[in-house]
Amino acid sequence: MNVIEVHGLKKQFKSYSSRKGLGGAFRDLLTRNYTILNAVDDITLNVKQGEMVAYIGENGAGKSTTIKMLTGILTPTAGEVRVNGMDPHKQREAFVRTIGVVFGQRSQLWWDIAVQESFRLLKKVYRLSDEHYDTHMKEVIDTLEIEPLLDKPVRKLSLGQRMRCELAAALIHNPPLLFLDEPTIGLDVLVKMKIREFLKEINRKYKTTILLTTHDLSDIEALCERVVLLDEGKIIYDGALDKLQQNWVEGKQVHFEFQKPVEKNALIELTADFPVKWRAGDKMRGWQATVDGDDDTVSKLMAKVMSHYSISDVKLNQVSTEEIIRNIYEEGMRHG
Amino acid sequence: MVSRMSMYLEMLRIRFLMMLAYRTNYYSGILIYSINIGAYYFLWQAIYGGQESIQDLSIVQMTTYVAIAWMARAFYFNNIDREIAQEIQEGKVAVEMIRPYNYLGMKTMQGLGEGLFRLLFFSVPGMVIVWLVFPISFSNDLSIWGLFFISLMFSFIVNTQINLITGILTFFLLYNTGLIRAKRVVIDLFSGLLLPISFYPMWAQDIMTFLPFQAISYIPSMIFTEGFTGGEVYSALLLQLMWSVILFVPITLLWMSARRRLIVQGG
Repeated sequence: MNVIEVHGLKKQFKSYSSRKGLGGAFRDLLTRNYTILNAVDDITLNVKQGEMVAYIGENGAGKSTTIKMLTGILTPTAGEVRVNGMDPHKQREAFVRTIGVVFGQRSQLWWDIAVQESFRLLKKVYRLSDEHYDTHMKEVIDTLEIEPLLDKPVRKLSLGQRMRCELAAALIHNPPLLFLDEPTIGLDVLVKMKIREFLKEINRKYKTTILLTTHDLSDIEALCERVVLLDEGKIIYDGALDKLQQNWVEGKQVHFEFQKPVEKNALIELTADFPVKWRAGDKMRGWQATVDGDDDTVSKLMAKVMSHYSISDVKLNQVSTEEIIRNIYEEGMRHG
Repeated sequence: MVSRMSMYLEMLRIRFLMMLAYRTNYYSGILIYSINIGAYYFLWQAIYGGQESIQDLSIVQMTTYVAIAWMARAFYFNNIDREIAQEIQEGKVAVEMIRPYNYLGMKTMQGLGEGLFRLLFFSVPGMVIVWLVFPISFSNDLSIWGLFFISLMFSFIVNTQINLITGILTFFLLYNTGLIRAKRVVIDLFSGLLLPISFYPMWAQDIMTFLPFQAISYIPSMIFTEGFTGGEVYSALLLQLMWSVILFVPITLLWMSARRRLIVQGG
């Protein structure tokens, strides 16, 4: 069964541009120049129950806009949206009872009052029985370890503490579908891990479908099997995460750290016979070779480089997801 | 229905808590209202001079009018227009739209919470102080009190409706501070808070009969000071009821159109 069914979804924004100078400002009073921007351009997407989907793309690629249409906040310009079998915009009040949403950059708790007061209000808002609240919410509170935070006003919480409370608030009615818009933004590693563990747990236990956007690729590696890649409002990849890795680069990455500075051209010349790409590494005198070949090729390349230059350090890695995504953003989709 | 009611009551409670969280505002509010009442009392004394009455209102009635008008204001006045504007400008309205409730209903409830808080902890004690200091006559007639509270409820409704309209207009104007300020001045002036409507020149009174503002302050204050008598009271209440119903129309239309054009600002 599909929880999310989206067909040909489009969202256009009119954006006004100001003319130059004082004269331009006066002309703007009468008529305004505007350009039409396709924030989301003809997206078709289906998500099954219990899936954890990562929705990624550069800033401004249309991720948040899509989420806002899926949650009924924005009206689509064109296209069909069915989420949990409902039209999110037209059946708003009934629909939002079946979803949970966390906006990483916006709080949905009441700022000036204690966290438990917000929870109490939400309990009434979602018309939850005491029984449901006591059993389900107690579990959520225990897992996220927010018990000691409950009597503090939200404004006094740290970001990590607040985020855990936000997550608990979004899950108070145990929704079958959860939208997370950059849930781990600005959080430290420990809190991130805790949140990931928690999301896995509720996905396993309640088969909660989760759609999340993030810039942190370790979130995706930890949580999602399926990735939807968005670029300029269009889906450019929709499939398994490991397939993306396989399709994009076969082979490995070798990080060399030379003892003396080395020219890029010299490296290219030296390794002209190999299917390799060079890129300046993160460290001083560091170079990174992405080798498109089998292990044998890799070891031959390493031997050749090391016989010509003195090396202070060398590392052999699988190509990271981050690397793949970076390549896709920079060069567009070629493989797969 | 019952669960909806309990949700709204919970919102009232939350607003009480929020008001308590900002105690300084509360204390400074009492001070500002006392100064206002005092200033208008002395101003009216000077205007009356030795005269028994102006426009059928005696000086005691006038003092009572001023005091009750300000105390009523503490109840019907709220900042939900500014809050709505802020939530729209900061994009917080997105969070409100994912909640299974009526946004405007919830805002009205918050306004009511604010109003009741001030009525109980502010108007009532304030009125006692004012009564001790200034010559004010309270009616012994319980029915006058009853009619006054009915009228006060309508004041809240009409004022809140105007606030909602002003707030929703932010969706279209995007920046709304000027309009909100203008609205506040217009209401203070045309509602009869600063000057009873009967003191305005005839042509201005004629215009004001077509505006909803006098339903906010003039009518409850006149009922309380017994400036309205007999049938006048009921036709005034009817006028308030009429405006409460009429103002639903622009709110509904504006809200429907705002929902369609909702752009969440700031990402």
